[in-house]
Amino acid sequence: MTAVSTYLLTGMALFLVGLHGLLTLQSMLRRIIAVNLMGSGVFLVLTALAARVPDADPVLHALVVTGLVVSISATALALRLHGAIQRHREDDDS
Amino acid sequence: MAIAEIILDATLIGLLLVMGLGTLHTRRTGASIALFAGFGMILALVWARLGAPDLALAEAAIGAGLTSALLLRAASITEEEEISIPARRQWLSWLFVAVVFVWLALHVIRLSTPVDSPSLPNLVAGHLADSGVDHPVTAVLLNFRAWDTLLELLVLLLALLGFRQVARRNQHPYDADSHPAPWPLLKAWSRSLAPLLVVTGMYLLWRGSESAGGAFQAGAVLAAAFVLLRLSGQLPVVHWSRWTVRLAALVGPALFLTVAGASALAGEGWLDYPDGMSTPLILLIEAAATVSIAVTLAFLVSGEEEDIAE
Repeated sequence: MTAVSTYLLTGMALFLVGLHGLLTLQSMLRRIIAVNLMGSGVFLVLTALAARVPDADPVLHALVVTGLVVSISATALALRLHGAIQRHREDDDS
Repeated sequence: MAIAEIILDATLIGLLLVMGLGTLHTRRTGASIALFAGFGMILALVWARLGAPDLALAEAAIGAGLTSALLLRAASITEEEEISIPARRQWLSWLFVAVVFVWLALHVIRLSTPVDSPSLPNLVAGHLADSGVDHPVTAVLLNFRAWDTLLELLVLLLALLGFRQVARRNQHPYDADSHPAPWPLLKAWSRSLAPLLVVTGMYLLWRGSESAGGAFQAGAVLAAAFVLLRLSGQLPVVHWSRWTVRLAALVGPALFLTVAGASALAGEGWLDYPDGMSTPLILLIEAAATVSIAVTLAFLVSGEEEDIAE
């Protein structure tokens, strides 16, 4: 087992833990966190693949930097939609 | 593999998995978010271990810092939800996850053989001298794959627009009592931390052309400084209606699009910088992008009161 293969497997495990959480958890906040974990798993797989090359692959690193910013944008929008849904429900109840 | 490396890897991976599981399955929301922040910091260490300092910086600022602040804010305005999963279905689903993991692992493990002469990294290394910057990741982000970065800035802008569209009406009236007064130590610390963060952000931007760092990391650190000062009540509410704020959010994508359009019309092609102009153009785009990223992220994380004040 090299370091690359252990981190590849860890990334996969994180993705699956996130996917499991997304499918089974009921709280919306936890589901959004679960999607973030899935993203981290994917980033970990990409970075482990980048580490196979002697000097680390800059193309994959650039991809992951892009991915990090996209994931925070998506998270912010998702949390905002979650807040809006909850307010909508409260208004219906009252 | 040296024994010290094995211990380091095992510790990092163990912490990642335990914190990842904990953040999803712990009972209390506050603990979950705290674990998520810890998870992000460990992940930043993993990036450093895998030889990706750019990612380590971005993860520490964006993944661990700003995302956790976002989650905390969302948790404070929404109600605690009960988490209940039927216990007998739980082990079955975990069994399923384990089976999928083993099946995927058998395929993925083949990918882990080292690559001696990779084609893409060699291409990047071969053309680095023409790119106008010395750091390969920055060269990929702002020259070879500038398209991706341009579209990413537009995604950020789109997220900001979507964020502002949702739930602008129907806001709860601002309740001053529900926000506790900032803790005196937080005020004192943030006063000395914020200037340091600004200096760090500028340094990251400046160093980005030669070593790890760049517009995204710098923008995230500046946004963190803003959020810190907002949370401790030392900055006034920033209104989206102010034209300076809108200009700051737009200047990055606008400048990038202008450069892309000008190079398409007058030069070699879309985003193909003219010879000798690469370095100043990249620095200019990076500086403008930093401002836009900082303002957009700061807005996404702390933009709630602004709507209510309107």
